[in-house]
Amino acid sequence: MVKQGVVNFWRNGWVSLATVLIMVITLFVVGTLFFSNLLLTSALQSLEKKVDISVYFTNEAQEEEIASLQIALKRLAEVDSIEYISRDDALAQFRQRHSANALITQSLDELGENPLGATINVKAKDPKQYASISRFLESGSFGSIIDKINYRQNQVVIDRLTSLIAASRALGLGITVVLAFIAILVTFNTIRLAIYTSKDEISIMRLVGASNSYIRGPFLVEGMIHGLLATIVTMIIFWPLAVWLGPKASRFFGGPNLFNYYLTNFVAIFLMLLVVGVVLGVISSLIATRRYLREQN
Amino acid sequence: MKYRANALYISSFVIMIYYDHVSKIYTDTSTALEDVSLTIEPQEFVSLVGQSGAGKSTLLKLLLAEERPSSGKVFFESLDVHKLSNGDLPKVRRRLGAVFQDYKLLPTKTAYENIAFAMEAAGKTEDEIQKDVPQVLELVGLSDKAWHFPSELSGGELQRVAIARAIVNRPDVILADEPTGNLDPINTWEIIGLLDKINELGTTVILATHDKDVINSLKRRVVTLEKGKIVRDEKRGRYVL
Repeated sequence: MVKQGVVNFWRNGWVSLATVLIMVITLFVVGTLFFSNLLLTSALQSLEKKVDISVYFTNEAQEEEIASLQIALKRLAEVDSIEYISRDDALAQFRQRHSANALITQSLDELGENPLGATINVKAKDPKQYASISRFLESGSFGSIIDKINYRQNQVVIDRLTSLIAASRALGLGITVVLAFIAILVTFNTIRLAIYTSKDEISIMRLVGASNSYIRGPFLVEGMIHGLLATIVTMIIFWPLAVWLGPKASRFFGGPNLFNYYLTNFVAIFLMLLVVGVVLGVISSLIATRRYLREQN
Repeated sequence: MKYRANALYISSFVIMIYYDHVSKIYTDTSTALEDVSLTIEPQEFVSLVGQSGAGKSTLLKLLLAEERPSSGKVFFESLDVHKLSNGDLPKVRRRLGAVFQDYKLLPTKTAYENIAFAMEAAGKTEDEIQKDVPQVLELVGLSDKAWHFPSELSGGELQRVAIARAIVNRPDVILADEPTGNLDPINTWEIIGLLDKINELGTTVILATHDKDVINSLKRRVVTLEKGKIVRDEKRGRYVL
């Protein structure tokens, strides 16, 4: 049966070639969507990471008060991480940033005391949660030690970014589903057409007393061969593409280098495409042969 | 004579094939068969004659369960062929060898492979195939063309391959639907001669044809169909229309 499938594949020459090529396109689309999703996700993640809010304390705030605020913040489910910068740290950072500016250094020296307050940078697990964190800080008993929270100033940007991220996720998913669906439909139809050309053959096989499973076997094997070859060809096409686009994409999106990703996950990607290809080939063959194997009236 | 085991007995006759009041109506204006009853005994050579559209082919297709009767039943031995399961139907078809006007060979397989395919489908072993296929090719006189594809063979050769395929599983019945329709007189006689020989070896043959000379020379049972009805059934018939 396997041998017959291979022989049929070989003798059907052009039809087999066309089917494999169509399937390559499908797998290519599926693979490209997979990679672009990867890029989009990592780009969005790095964007999300850049969002945080800073809590500025008054100069009078005591270390213990700030410490208890830290503990309270850590207890919040929405908070991912917090970073405490003490007054001294803030001054050191400020000096370092402006070490080239003699005027500022001089003024600080003349001032004699530390004009800067302590700050806490808060990162939420989800950008949507900044509003509630900020509300918690403003309404709690810590109001007296807090000078200002920069959430209000950044609110518009954060909100817009949040909705943008959500929209790109939804759009990406939508495009993926639609394109994958179209590609699968095209492959399915190509295989159906290929089997349609064999419908006389199938009727002859039935006449000489071949059982349905016996007739179907070689077609299913052919479907598997289509899937396997298409997977191999697609992986070969992705190689130079990943070499060429990998560094460019990682610079642009700030995600991982695609080529490295391709190399380290070679087996996983190959298996993913193989499963898609073989399942698509076999199911298409199954549905297509079913029509001609039904008893006539 | 293995078929006697489950053959249908009516009075003292052994019946192999029995059409029981069969009608086949395609549409209101197109009736292929109308209340046809026909019995065929083992080892008979029956010719079905009639003009195109008289219902000869439909009669054969009904026996092969390629088509379903609008009413009535078709029995092969004791089996109602239209009540068989998807699993049993192929088994019955292996006992009915079919030959057609358009040969119905698989174009992507060589003559040898076409014949071997029918054996593979019947679940024969590779040893049996390698032994039997050359034998039937020899019988139909095509040993030297075994590895040719159908596109490389003449009409007469194609029909002989088709006959070889039909008999290779040693069926109980050969159904031949206008097997000489596309052939010249010399090839026609060769094919009819082959069918005659197969019948002498003990296989029932049902031959649908409108070739007057063939019928008249055979001098066997002739069933004449006209507009879907049997109008004549003679033991040693001649072609009369």
